[in-house]
Amino acid sequence: MAAKELYAKAHRKIKDIKGPLVFLEPIADVKFGERVVIVDSNGREKGGQVLDVGEKAIVVQVFEGSDGLDRKGTSVFFTGDIVKIGLSEDMLGRVFDGSGAPRDGLGEVYPEVERPIGGSPLNPVCRQQPKEWIETGVTSIDMLFTLIKGQKLPIWGGAGLPLNAVTMQIAKQVIRQSGEELVVIFAGMGITSREYNYFYKEFQDSGALASSVLFLNLADDATIERILTPRLALTTAEYFAYDKGRDVLVILTDMLNYANALREISSAREEIPGRRGYPGYLYTDLSTIYERAGIIKGQKGSVTQVPICTMPNDDITHPVIDLTGYITEGQILLSRSLDRAGFFPPIDVLPSLSRLMNLGIGREKTREDHRQIADQLYAFYAQGKELEKLTAIIGSEGLGNVEKKIVEFTQRFEDEFLGQGDQSRTIEESLGLSWDLVKDIPRSELRRLEDKHIEKYMPKRAGAAK
Amino acid sequence: MIQGVITRISGPVVQAKDIEGIKIRDLVVVGDLGLLGEVIEVKGNEVSIQVYEETDGLTVGQPVKSGGMPFLVELGPGLLGTTYDGIQRPLEVIRDQTGNFIQRGATASPLVREKKWGFNATAKKGDSVSFGDIIGWVQESPTIKHYIMVPQGVSGKIAKINSGDYTIDQPVGSLEDDTELKMSQKWPIRRPRPSKRKIPTNIPLVSGQRIFDVFFPLPKGGNAIIPGPFGSGKTVMQQSLAKWSDADVVVYVGCGERGNEMTEVLTEFPHLEDPRTGAPLMNRTVLVANTSNMPVAARETSIYTGITLAEYYRDMGYDVAMMADSTSRWAEALREISGRLEEMPGEEGYPPYLASRIAEFYERSGRVICLGGKIPGSDKSENERIGSVTVIGAVSPPGGDFSEPVTQNSLRIAGAFWGLDARLAYSRHFPAINWLTSYSLYLDTLKDWYNAELTEEFMQMRTELMEILQREDELNKIVQLVGKDSLSDPDKLLLDIARTVRDDFLRQSAFHEIEAYCPPKKSYYMMKAILLFYKNCQSRLGKIPYDQILTQPGWEKISSMRYFPNDKFEAPCQELLKEMAAGGELAAVAA
Repeated sequence: MAAKELYAKAHRKIKDIKGPLVFLEPIADVKFGERVVIVDSNGREKGGQVLDVGEKAIVVQVFEGSDGLDRKGTSVFFTGDIVKIGLSEDMLGRVFDGSGAPRDGLGEVYPEVERPIGGSPLNPVCRQQPKEWIETGVTSIDMLFTLIKGQKLPIWGGAGLPLNAVTMQIAKQVIRQSGEELVVIFAGMGITSREYNYFYKEFQDSGALASSVLFLNLADDATIERILTPRLALTTAEYFAYDKGRDVLVILTDMLNYANALREISSAREEIPGRRGYPGYLYTDLSTIYERAGIIKGQKGSVTQVPICTMPNDDITHPVIDLTGYITEGQILLSRSLDRAGFFPPIDVLPSLSRLMNLGIGREKTREDHRQIADQLYAFYAQGKELEKLTAIIGSEGLGNVEKKIVEFTQRFEDEFLGQGDQSRTIEESLGLSWDLVKDIPRSELRRLEDKHIEKYMPKRAGAAK
Repeated sequence: MIQGVITRISGPVVQAKDIEGIKIRDLVVVGDLGLLGEVIEVKGNEVSIQVYEETDGLTVGQPVKSGGMPFLVELGPGLLGTTYDGIQRPLEVIRDQTGNFIQRGATASPLVREKKWGFNATAKKGDSVSFGDIIGWVQESPTIKHYIMVPQGVSGKIAKINSGDYTIDQPVGSLEDDTELKMSQKWPIRRPRPSKRKIPTNIPLVSGQRIFDVFFPLPKGGNAIIPGPFGSGKTVMQQSLAKWSDADVVVYVGCGERGNEMTEVLTEFPHLEDPRTGAPLMNRTVLVANTSNMPVAARETSIYTGITLAEYYRDMGYDVAMMADSTSRWAEALREISGRLEEMPGEEGYPPYLASRIAEFYERSGRVICLGGKIPGSDKSENERIGSVTVIGAVSPPGGDFSEPVTQNSLRIAGAFWGLDARLAYSRHFPAINWLTSYSLYLDTLKDWYNAELTEEFMQMRTELMEILQREDELNKIVQLVGKDSLSDPDKLLLDIARTVRDDFLRQSAFHEIEAYCPPKKSYYMMKAILLFYKNCQSRLGKIPYDQILTQPGWEKISSMRYFPNDKFEAPCQELLKEMAAGGELAAVAA
């Protein structure tokens, strides 16, 4: 941070300190949202932002937490400016902390431009409709909920599920596919040092680090800093996408920690809480993060987001998960039962979804039969899961012939289609496998498939015509 | 112009004092940045203002100015085909001004001021006119004649009126008291536009979606809600309705929803054809886009902006459909602002006036006799100048739980309930409307129309299909316990037929070029085929083994009826029915 003597206004009249908030006596000309520097009696600096300005008090939120602040010795400097980040292409390969300071000991980055981290809403008429798919090499994702460039597609799973491993499998494959073109921006909020080591090693081993920027707020770093971290990451992503024309993949983990930090500030401000103590504006706040994914008309780059969120108690109705689902364009869920049964990646396909999928698949993109065969797999798998429950009660003898076929399908679907392990499959391989799975089921049951596709793509059954 | 100063800034709510004569709901300009806002609370000498834009950078002591007027939308030719934000700023113009990202304080006229429109006068010198009377028209789009109506508060004898090319700011004529007549007018969004009276809603809004047209119809002037968890297809449903319903004008409000979804509408509508007129759909559409990351106060406003535009076209005698996606975001905006005002919260933190706000909004729908004289050139009388606003509101209940306040309060008002079901969505049964929980209260009033247009058989067949689905639900509970094999043959058959109803009739792809729209007559044939097939099967029961019962002519063709071309489906449908009828007889003979 630059020399604090240059700041216009120093202020020493602290009234109260509560949680991450400092309440000050009012002074003139303080702007809402202004960045402040707080210096405690030992000369230590902390960053902060103005949350409320009134004739009676000014409320400042302290990013690094209010530990060690007092009423007498602490000074607050108002910078007259909003929170910004310096950006440059030299950021590639670097690791920063949750408030944007270098963490890797390699010194400051000389910025090419400075941008406010809040971002402005993208004018809806300037958005380009996403239309290119991204091959992840994961059969269930590519076939059933295809990731599209410019999309925001979160991954959710309960505690203990391999969220990180699935994320890295996708990220590594996407990077490999793109050559050196793709930039990965990684924002870790409240992640443990174990997770940090895992991610760092994976980035390094796969050679992805050179084209990545990492922002890391660890579990023992200041909670409030987490409010900044995703915004720093997204401002950097927009810089690479729209200034430099690169395709950018942003990984945000873990959004639950972010929301909890927001809750902490809200309760310190004594705001009226919404569901589970989260502030009423959680939806609006999350949307200012997620909506920064997209593509701009007439520009080269794109921002694709994969936010990761732990699902507390496996509860899909948890407010953070629920509100995320209403903003993002689909979701990928991990399943505990598949994980226990040893399948990797343990993706729960029934509730998973990609809303933009139809824009990026089909003729000249993946293949003309993609939509229909995907729907057919869904229908059978849903039916198969119901039948499995039924079998548990009445035994498999009670099932009809067709139903037995569908139960067989369901087992093969989980063994072969979902349980692909670490290997990566091309879309042709995945499509081929899909058709192979349904080949034994009578035609009259294949209601989602058109004749022309069946003729063209159905593998010939051994020895039989019809 | 009255003026005061800012005393406090807290997110989108700003407090100010010393504004002499300010009224609640007045529009104000806040701070040096010139941000727009609206007065929502008056407390002693202080007022609270909901600001439509981000308030970063405002300071205490900056000025607040007001013209002493509420927020008004501008109404006139040029609305159709335009995309607005929640406070009626045209987004294309804003883009030209401030680039790809919306900057604060940007202002732009809602209507193009320079464009000259060909005005055709229909009123004459000496005519007495008052509020609502039509004085002429403009061809706004190839299919929509935009009638120019006398604004509220203006009446008298016309002294001068001339056809010709005018901008919206040039007078097309004047009254004897020198009041100028122009093509545009303004209206406060929170006040419903008046009409002579509301009349019964007895004509359906044909949507081309079988689940609605057949099972849960909605009339022109009615209102419906679509609640459902995320991923259940609310937005696809809303977009399908906006595309295919037989309204004259569509107002689509994207209230706090995803940017990419608005882009989908913006990208697709100009290329899609109105199935009735062949003109691009955009020609009949006004979009109000206030995506989730755009300021929350403007989101609250966007619903009112949308409905006011809808009422304006209704007043010309058009059938207007308004889609609000999603009303939950609007309710949440109310909650957020209420929280900032530190109001005492009601249920789940929503303000206690949530129920009355929702009711007020849905009650602005309806079929009305418009104010003013008859439509010029029409052979219909003044009391047959009928317009309607149909409101379809999406609701996004947290966790898909319909017991939450927004769903429950909307249910009390809405005439049709189209409940989306996550389980159906998981098995990719779209539209994922649950046929057992959904309802339409309009069946009775619409019966006459169906009987007249599609024969009395139509409603009767609907009832039969509903009974099959109802019975299926009961049987499924038994199957869960004892398995399907232990059912009697007639019950097994019912389950198989019910599956046909679900898969081949209720399921409808919004993305297939033919399937996306299904004329009601085609639905009629499809129902007929399914029921005929059912009858044939029943007649074979007990005569041949159950396994063979379903294998008879037509079985596999029923599922392809949906793909019969929409312009010539009658012949193949009739042929299929004939084939099936003959097959049924053969089967009976063979047995």
